[in-house]
Amino acid sequence: MSIEISGVSKSFGDFDALRDVDLTIPSGGLTALLGPSGGGKSTLLRIIAGLETADAGRVLIEGRDATELPAQKRNVGFVFQHYAAFKHMTVAKNVAFGLEIRKRPKDEIRRKVAELLELVHLDQFAHRLPAQLSGGQRQRMALARALAIEPSVLLLDEPFGALDAKVRKELRDWLRRLHDEVHVTTVFVTHDQEEALEVADEIVVINQGRIEQVGTPDQLYDAPANDFVMGFLGDVTRLGGRPIRPHDIEVHTTPVGEDPAEVHAGEVARLTRVGFEVRLLVLTVEGEETQVVLTRAEARAAGIDVGSRVWLRPHRGATTVSAVRAV
Amino acid sequence: MAETRTVARTGVRRTPTTYVLRFVVAAYLFLLVAWPVSLVVVHTFEDGFTSLEGILSDPDVVTALWLTVRVAVIAVVINTVFGVGMSLLLVRQEFPGKRLLSALIDLPLSVSPIVVGLALVLVYGGRNGWLGPTLESAGFRVIFSTPGIVMATAFVALPLVIREVVPVLHEIGTEQEQAARSLGASSAQTFRRITLPAIKWAVVYGVVLSLARSLGEFGAVKVVSGNVLGQTRTATLVVEEKYLNFDQQGAYATAFLLAMVSVACIVIVAIIRPKEERR
Repeated sequence: MSIEISGVSKSFGDFDALRDVDLTIPSGGLTALLGPSGGGKSTLLRIIAGLETADAGRVLIEGRDATELPAQKRNVGFVFQHYAAFKHMTVAKNVAFGLEIRKRPKDEIRRKVAELLELVHLDQFAHRLPAQLSGGQRQRMALARALAIEPSVLLLDEPFGALDAKVRKELRDWLRRLHDEVHVTTVFVTHDQEEALEVADEIVVINQGRIEQVGTPDQLYDAPANDFVMGFLGDVTRLGGRPIRPHDIEVHTTPVGEDPAEVHAGEVARLTRVGFEVRLLVLTVEGEETQVVLTRAEARAAGIDVGSRVWLRPHRGATTVSAVRAV
Repeated sequence: MAETRTVARTGVRRTPTTYVLRFVVAAYLFLLVAWPVSLVVVHTFEDGFTSLEGILSDPDVVTALWLTVRVAVIAVVINTVFGVGMSLLLVRQEFPGKRLLSALIDLPLSVSPIVVGLALVLVYGGRNGWLGPTLESAGFRVIFSTPGIVMATAFVALPLVIREVVPVLHEIGTEQEQAARSLGASSAQTFRRITLPAIKWAVVYGVVLSLARSLGEFGAVKVVSGNVLGQTRTATLVVEEKYLNFDQQGAYATAFLLAMVSVACIVIVAIIRPKEERR
């Protein structure tokens, strides 16, 4: 196991950023720490890196107790949201920094830097200054710089947060492919559930200083441990008092079903078309407001419009909160 | 044509107010700074180079000039090392009394140099000072000697480096330093390879301002130096002495030399300082 965290707590003044967190992160994986801002995920990452010290608890990196080790002795690669590029150094010098500190031979440094710049597709920018690069290029440089020291773990703090949507998506795919090539244990922090679901092998959902759930993207999406996880990973509405995803609801224009407890009659109160989707707001006879998402074709075929009388039923295999909520 | 180009470039429309404001600023600077200083130059060269040659062949004046240079350089070195250290402390550390310390650093700018001189005499004065007699009996003379002049000069120029460096440290933030640490750099390596290059120009500018201020210090030095001819008389004291003794040519020539060194420092830095790089 690559990173073991036990009983870690951290507070800033009277704000508890982390409360007694236990977590094990497996070797070689790509793990996402996912949660809303202020939930403590960045703090946890910075504690692993040694950039922040925990008030209580221990951190083990590759079996070695790193709790008391300063950042520079942990051999951890860290990538910052705002790149933290060394502005007065060229791209090549930035990447070489960790190796020069380690006093590696000159030709080894040169070879390694060339190799890494090729890996992050910046070989033709080696002699530029960071100011002459785009945001995406700067972040790739920061990644090469962190990888140069052959870190035991690579930590990325909202690595794509400062980039525009298109570049963010590109870099996300690229990070996934890079990880498949390099296989270094990687942990990245994000508040974007789509990013976590798409890129990570494993997701740790953190909220209000606590871990809500740990699992693969499928486990989390299909069997969220509680309402919070379900709500954070996708849209949620309520049907018959239970949380359900709006696209997991069947819409019928005639009464259906053998089990009347499952079916809820109602009337379409509002209808919005967004792209290929049609979003309905259904007012059920129980007085519940339920959101339903259909494709345009489905809505057209069923002839649904505002005022239509509909019967709602959860899809078979609909996502529901799996575990009984711990008290 | 030229008019429209200017408007397009600066994005500001020129109105009569613009010209009035420009005139006011120019007149203000001319009457207060340019004219008086240029008169010093004019008086210095009234008889060609004779007055300059005159003071440069006077051994007492040369001694005074060298004393001023030596004192200024020592004071600047002290203030630079101390100033960068204090700036790091003020920006990067949290400790009780930080705001008080920050306010205290500005004190030398607000207190009259004469007060500084008298305060130093109270502490280090050889006969009645608080610490002076002890030091004197150990064979170390402060007041009426070079150490006192250095202390007075360092005191008055103390905030200049700090006030240049602190905002830059705030602006660059701590991320680059943290990145360096995570890449294995020690605090000393981080400072030398990351922080220092980032604050380089602020330090240079602070040094130049300190140097200019130190060369020109008069009040505090007058009190602590004792103004002994050929020993503790600095260049600014020479100017006063010559002026009071009706040697106006000598006074202007010495003043000219002092002003030239300061102006040269600032001009050189303005030229070599790179254009502000902005992200």
